[in-house]
Amino acid sequence: MLELDRVTAGYDRGVPVVADLSLAVGEGEAVGLLGPSGCGKSTLARVAALLHRPWAGTVRLAGEPVTGFRFRAPRAERTRVGVVFQQPRLAADPRLTLGDLIAEPARATGRGAELADRAARLADDIGLTPALLGRRPHEVSDGQLQRACLARALLLRPGLLICDEMTAMLDASTTAALAAVVEEYRREHGAALLAVGHDRVLLRRWCDRVLDFPTGR
Amino acid sequence: MNQPAAPPTAVEAGPWHAPRRVRRSTRAARVAFSAALVALAALAVLLVPPLFPLDQQAVDLTAKLEPPSGAHPFGTDEVGRDVLLRSVYGLRVSLVVGLVAALAASGIGLLVGCAAGAVGGRFDRLVMRLVDTFTAVPHLLMGIFIVAMFRPGVWPVIASVGLTHWVSTARIVRAEVLSLRSRPFVDAAISGGASRLRVAVRHLVPAVLPQAGLAAVLMVPHAIWHESALSYLGLGIPAHEASLGTMINGARGSLVTGEWWPTLFPGLLIVVPTLAIAGLAGAWRERINPRRRSELVL
Repeated sequence: MLELDRVTAGYDRGVPVVADLSLAVGEGEAVGLLGPSGCGKSTLARVAALLHRPWAGTVRLAGEPVTGFRFRAPRAERTRVGVVFQQPRLAADPRLTLGDLIAEPARATGRGAELADRAARLADDIGLTPALLGRRPHEVSDGQLQRACLARALLLRPGLLICDEMTAMLDASTTAALAAVVEEYRREHGAALLAVGHDRVLLRRWCDRVLDFPTGR
Repeated sequence: MNQPAAPPTAVEAGPWHAPRRVRRSTRAARVAFSAALVALAALAVLLVPPLFPLDQQAVDLTAKLEPPSGAHPFGTDEVGRDVLLRSVYGLRVSLVVGLVAALAASGIGLLVGCAAGAVGGRFDRLVMRLVDTFTAVPHLLMGIFIVAMFRPGVWPVIASVGLTHWVSTARIVRAEVLSLRSRPFVDAAISGGASRLRVAVRHLVPAVLPQAGLAAVLMVPHAIWHESALSYLGLGIPAHEASLGTMINGARGSLVTGEWWPTLFPGLLIVVPTLAIAGLAGAWRERINPRRRSELVL
């Protein structure tokens, strides 16, 4: 599903954050990537989500090399990868209601009306009441907001879900609830998962395979 | 060898700060006072013209240059026109020009700043060099150049101020957009399939709107001053029509012979409402960005 081939990535000038890293996530496979904070996990997740152009190396999605990142990635390719970020407060536009937040990918791809039912069902499955959907991010808890972010990431039925420390800010019961939703989604649609995190026990439970992030950069 | 630092003798005397409660109450009073002045000006320009129509051409040479009195609280000018009534009409022109020009300038600035910040790269550099070019030419000079191309009137003045004052808003908006562009919520939108345009319109513009609105309000006094300056120079509003600038220009001759009222009162009507608007804008800025003390930007 996803292949990173000798990827080196970083931000303007200076040392690369991720150096010469290769990684493959098979069709329907769940891979965990374990590393301490600051080791480049999030940068790698952004490269894998086609949100950050690597300095060198190739990213392949379903065998095809990706040629563009951010806006240059074709919309169809971008929406084949769903991303959930670490901090829902930063990943949610503070001016949108939770309902709009979840439905945005459908509207952005011109399928707002078509997918309205799916968005409502997804919100219900994930434990968001209709009352919560009318609220804005500052009126809900981190856990509720992260639920909305996960629903949003699943709306377009991506073949690969990338979770960048998805549960780092959450309590145990919310963590379990979100894990169950991801599990259910993967079983239903055969989707692959790339989970990035620092909690070995958690990743072991979620993933078929847990890799240690190479720290010798 | 270095001299040892003098031991601290007493608590260092910093600038005096009023206790927080006093400061807050004076600020509230200042805002209320400014708001009252702006409301008074708005009421005057809305209510006076329908109640007291003004014949812009009428003169009464038997009553010229009468000092302030019960019949003419602001006196009369060099051709016997009532200074109070003409001042209110002049204020109306100034406020309309100020508001429309400031909105136009901020609108252009918002558009240019957002485009530059959101597209980035070579386009951004090109646009910012254009902004530098506009900044390098004095506003008033370029404004004069623009009004000179048209017949005198309100619209050329608005165009002149609007087309020269968008650069500061463009800079503010671009800087804001550049910092927003790398936020995770923009990443999330891109990942959700949003186009460049959608990200700009749905996520970036709403986020910078308060800043742009503040820039617009801060611009209103400046625009009023430009209108008065252009009219004073005889390039803005036609000379026979009441505007604060044309009135002061017409009354220049009488000032040297001791008749101060046709100059002073229109002058006060330029200064007082603009300071009141600037005071309100300053209070708004303190709310958006509490750490920066308000200052008058003109």
